[in-house]
Amino acid sequence: MAMAPETQKAEPAVPGAARTRGSLRSLALRWDTAVGALLVAVFVAGLGTTDGFGSADNLAFAFNDIAEVALIALPMTLLVVAGQVDLSVASMLGLGSALTGALWDAGWAFETIVPVVLLVGVAGGLLNGWLVTRVGLPSLAVTIGTLALYRGLASVALGSDAVTDFPQTYADWAVDTTTVPGTFLTYPVLLFVVLAVVTAVVLHATGLGRSLFAIGAQEEAAYFAGIRVKRIKLLLFVVTGLFSAFAGIVFTLRYGSARADNGLGFEMLVIASVLLGGIDFDGGKGTLFGAVAGVLLIGVLKNLLTLNDIANEVQVIVTGLLLVASVLTPRVIAAVVERRHRRAAGARP
Amino acid sequence: MTLRTAAGRRAVTTAATALSLAVALSACSGTTKDSADKGPAKSGATAKADPGAPLKKGLKLAFLPKQINNPYEKIVDDAGIAAAKEYGGTGKEVGPSDASASSQVSYINTLIQQRQDAILVAANDPNAVCGPLKQAMKKNIKVVAYDSDTAKDCRQLFINQASSEEIGRSLVQHLGEQIDYKGKIAILSATQNATNQNTWIEFMKDELKLPKYKDMKLVKVAYGDDADQKSFQQTQGLMQAYPDLKGIISPTTVGIAAAARYLSDSSYKGKVVLNGLGTPNQMRKYVKNDTVEQFSLWNPEELGYLGSYAAAALASGQITGAEGEKFKAGKLGEYTIGKDGEVILGKPTVFDKKNIDRFDF
Repeated sequence: MAMAPETQKAEPAVPGAARTRGSLRSLALRWDTAVGALLVAVFVAGLGTTDGFGSADNLAFAFNDIAEVALIALPMTLLVVAGQVDLSVASMLGLGSALTGALWDAGWAFETIVPVVLLVGVAGGLLNGWLVTRVGLPSLAVTIGTLALYRGLASVALGSDAVTDFPQTYADWAVDTTTVPGTFLTYPVLLFVVLAVVTAVVLHATGLGRSLFAIGAQEEAAYFAGIRVKRIKLLLFVVTGLFSAFAGIVFTLRYGSARADNGLGFEMLVIASVLLGGIDFDGGKGTLFGAVAGVLLIGVLKNLLTLNDIANEVQVIVTGLLLVASVLTPRVIAAVVERRHRRAAGARP
Repeated sequence: MTLRTAAGRRAVTTAATALSLAVALSACSGTTKDSADKGPAKSGATAKADPGAPLKKGLKLAFLPKQINNPYEKIVDDAGIAAAKEYGGTGKEVGPSDASASSQVSYINTLIQQRQDAILVAANDPNAVCGPLKQAMKKNIKVVAYDSDTAKDCRQLFINQASSEEIGRSLVQHLGEQIDYKGKIAILSATQNATNQNTWIEFMKDELKLPKYKDMKLVKVAYGDDADQKSFQQTQGLMQAYPDLKGIISPTTVGIAAAARYLSDSSYKGKVVLNGLGTPNQMRKYVKNDTVEQFSLWNPEELGYLGSYAAAALASGQITGAEGEKFKAGKLGEYTIGKDGEVILGKPTVFDKKNIDRFDF
């Protein structure tokens, strides 16, 4: 790869990237703010209408129940901002779970299993990243392939067995009955909060973050501006693989059951959360706040609807409608704003 | 704009090094399967049973099937909900739309929040549901497994449709008679971890070890995940892989119906014998058009009915789940709790052309 000189770009022309001088009006018009507001509204409505929703037990459960999806949604947000996607995350979760089970069954120490599983996650991410950056295939195609591949490897690792009886100490770390004293935060959720802050800083306050927006907005331009596009993409896939394998360990401990089919279909839940948070699927737009609000909204809604005995089918419809709204609304707003501009422009020829 | 070019590579290398180091460090110490502190052992029945206690009025029961849109489970649960009305309680059915291991867990949590008196669960995975079920029992919510058991210390009772051994062995016996004890056979199951399926399959394999089955060979156990389309495709796949297959056993109502549908429109109709567990209404046309000669099942309505009464007896303090306790299940009469809190409904029924029209479920 040619070593392009490192140039200093003044202001990356990136829409949506941490705009500090956004007026209140434009803030109110932003989709991620809307999702945040909706989350608060749903939460308050839940407290007001539903018995048991606000109990510490239930809140601990509701948020812990989306811990794995939330953890994977962090690197996924960075990927989508950079115009990439990784569909193999749930299969990597399954592979992580299956390996955890197979190695535990073989008598390995749990403290050894964790780093080994994480390494496998890194290897999986490297394979995805290598196929995308070196072979030059689109990430959607590559990760549809590795979705099948990693799930297949998970089945090879553990077959149709389920491994149980993981050490109590570690299981206690993951379950929703253990919370940070005095709060309803479980440890996986606490970890998510910490990592979310780190991810937010990376995305919105570092050069790396700015590069992601630049790559997502216009990959060629980013490359000629001296951004190491391939290396950054590779890094993103590696981090995503790492998080996914880790989510596999959390999932296994939380349910106390390691299986090859764990987390089947989760990739859609992760991507749905990210899109719901207003991250543009074409890349180049979005905020981490939006993605986090999206994940939490899906979790709170699921919990609230289940508590009210609303059928699963309805839950799926609600999520679907929200998604369609999240994709449409920004487009509609943009159209309205543009028409206004045009009118204003028409007024002063 | 600056991005240190090596930063990415460095990060990856550092992470890999750190992880490898951790592996090396922990390779010879730490928590292993044999050293691990296991959770508390079986929580035995602590309260005392009061066989003379009346059934409480206004009990709230919730049925949590493997998945919500499974016709067989719907029959079981509806009968259980109807039974609850008999003794002045209320019942409801809630559950996931897919039969995955983890999908039932969030429902158990919400049932705890709703303070149900009893939860009746058909487990997709015996262990994944354990944590929340134990929590439920801590909060004095009674837990009854039915149809598909959980791990033994996560429930107070298990309502078994028939003895697992009887189901597994009788299916092989019937198929053996039908194919003259010769040829390749396959099993079409539900999900890979369904407790009941796997127990039955173990007994089938054990039965096949007997000398009279020496010419019968089990070539494959296929999994249709209790999804119609996948079961259909798995049957198709079996016939393509083993065109000389003589028999298929499908111990799941979804599987046998999908397999029968495939066979009845294929050239294999009449060449391969299909047996297993099915419901009369689903299987009627395949019995009449000679795709299937016979299949078995217990009465699912009675299973739900018995589960409902057992849960009520538990919640009213008549029983605690200990071996030897007795309770009365409405019109089905008296039942005795066996080993490990197991209550057996009875013998499976064999359905064929002669009797199928007497049943409507």
